[in-house]
Amino acid sequence: MKSPRNMAIRVLLLLLSLALWEAAVRAFDVPAYILPAPSRAIMALYRGAVSGVYIDNFWVTLAETLLGFVLGSLLAFVLGTAVAVSRAVEYFLYPYIVMFQSMPKVALAPLIIVWFGLGLTSKVVSAALVAFFPLLVNTIVGLRSADEDHVDLMRSLAATESQIFWMLRLPTALPFIMAGLEVAMVFSLIGAIVAEFVGAESGLGMLIQSMNFSMDVAGQFAVLFILAVMGLGLNGAIVWIRRRVLFWDPSQKSTEIGASAKGGKL
Amino acid sequence: MAGTAGEMIAVKRLSKQYATSRGPLLALDGIDFSVAEGEFVAVVGPSGCGKSTLLKILAGLTAASQGGADLRGTAISGPRRDIGVVFQSPVLFPWRSVLDNVLLPVDVQRLGRERMRPRALELLALVGLEGFEHRYPWELSGGMQQRVAITRGLIHDPAMLLMDEPFGALDAMTRESMNLELQRIWLERRKTVLFITHSIAEAVFLADRVLVMTPRPGRIMDAVSVALPRPRSLDIGASVEFGTLVRRIRGHFNAKAELGG
Repeated sequence: MKSPRNMAIRVLLLLLSLALWEAAVRAFDVPAYILPAPSRAIMALYRGAVSGVYIDNFWVTLAETLLGFVLGSLLAFVLGTAVAVSRAVEYFLYPYIVMFQSMPKVALAPLIIVWFGLGLTSKVVSAALVAFFPLLVNTIVGLRSADEDHVDLMRSLAATESQIFWMLRLPTALPFIMAGLEVAMVFSLIGAIVAEFVGAESGLGMLIQSMNFSMDVAGQFAVLFILAVMGLGLNGAIVWIRRRVLFWDPSQKSTEIGASAKGGKL
Repeated sequence: MAGTAGEMIAVKRLSKQYATSRGPLLALDGIDFSVAEGEFVAVVGPSGCGKSTLLKILAGLTAASQGGADLRGTAISGPRRDIGVVFQSPVLFPWRSVLDNVLLPVDVQRLGRERMRPRALELLALVGLEGFEHRYPWELSGGMQQRVAITRGLIHDPAMLLMDEPFGALDAMTRESMNLELQRIWLERRKTVLFITHSIAEAVFLADRVLVMTPRPGRIMDAVSVALPRPRSLDIGASVEFGTLVRRIRGHFNAKAELGG
């Protein structure tokens, strides 16, 4: 599919749909506070970029997302490992995990703002909370997915439980963990934006919110575009890491998007 | 009763009982045999006769219900470092290269990677995998993967090699050539081998002695010595002596089938 001709068609289709959008908005005289023409959105993007308002808020949201991702993933990995390894931990913790997993975590955002304030901390906590569950579940499932034959082989070599964990269970879990990280990355961006909606002093989510109040729809489109680029970049980074970590996993070669199938609920 | 000189493994009145929903199931009933050092013994029986259970007990992966087995005079009470096991599937680790798969026992038993590397390469050459040490399992055919598994079973120089239908998953042609390969490797190393299979011809071709096992409960019905000269070629399957041995072994299963039917 990746021939130069098809790439040209792709670009052409994009330009065509933008042209159609522009033409439709002009022809039907759609007010700019409902749907701006793409030319207006691009102008808004340019103005915001020049003034520096986008870039400042971009860094704020990116920092919230990455910190939340790292915090949520670390906790999920540690707790997931504890649950997978210890029956006792599983028995006492699992009811809470199941309860929280079926709850929409973003609904906690208002509470988190109350507890952690309007600054960075509340956004990081929200992002971490949303990122936590997909990786937790995948870590548990992954660490339990080593098959009997491989475990028997390790045991027949008189391997200790910790050797079986490091040499067999953890590598076996890596495809699950990487898929969980991919979902967690997307989710932490959502968690950060939702928390910014509820109450923030800066960030792209806060920017959207304030533009909405001033009916600057073109500006919102510009910010949405920036958010899409950020999401793509973050996802691309995880995919890049996954390809290198899982070079040995044949399923990596066939699936480009498949990973999200192992996700969780927001 | 001290083990006879040169006796590698001695199995004594070994029984295994499983608890099932329909009451206890006797999988192995009073298994008695021994294998001499350097001997190649095959255990042949139909599927479900408990031969894999027997191997798991000898590998220390499952406990016997009664009786037990001694390896070099000490009881097998759990996994041991002086046993090598080759399973029906190659059980390779996909994230390890061929060489690293072979070195797995070295890593587990901390025998020193650098010290064992030359031995690993030498063994890989012995099984015909020279030049493949940096490949990954998915790049190899089923027969080649099983050769890697055999090499891994030999790397830590175990006193005994247990093989559980190692060629059962291969196609008939590959299986024959693997039998030849295994004989060649065995003639060169003279490792004590207990080889489990459901193929009578494979057992007779490879073994010095064939133990015939019948199912429900698993019992050793006969021990057949195979005095055919080595190295044996595949043509030996057409010889009269070979045919007589195969017929004698098959007779045990037919008799059982008639009784059961």
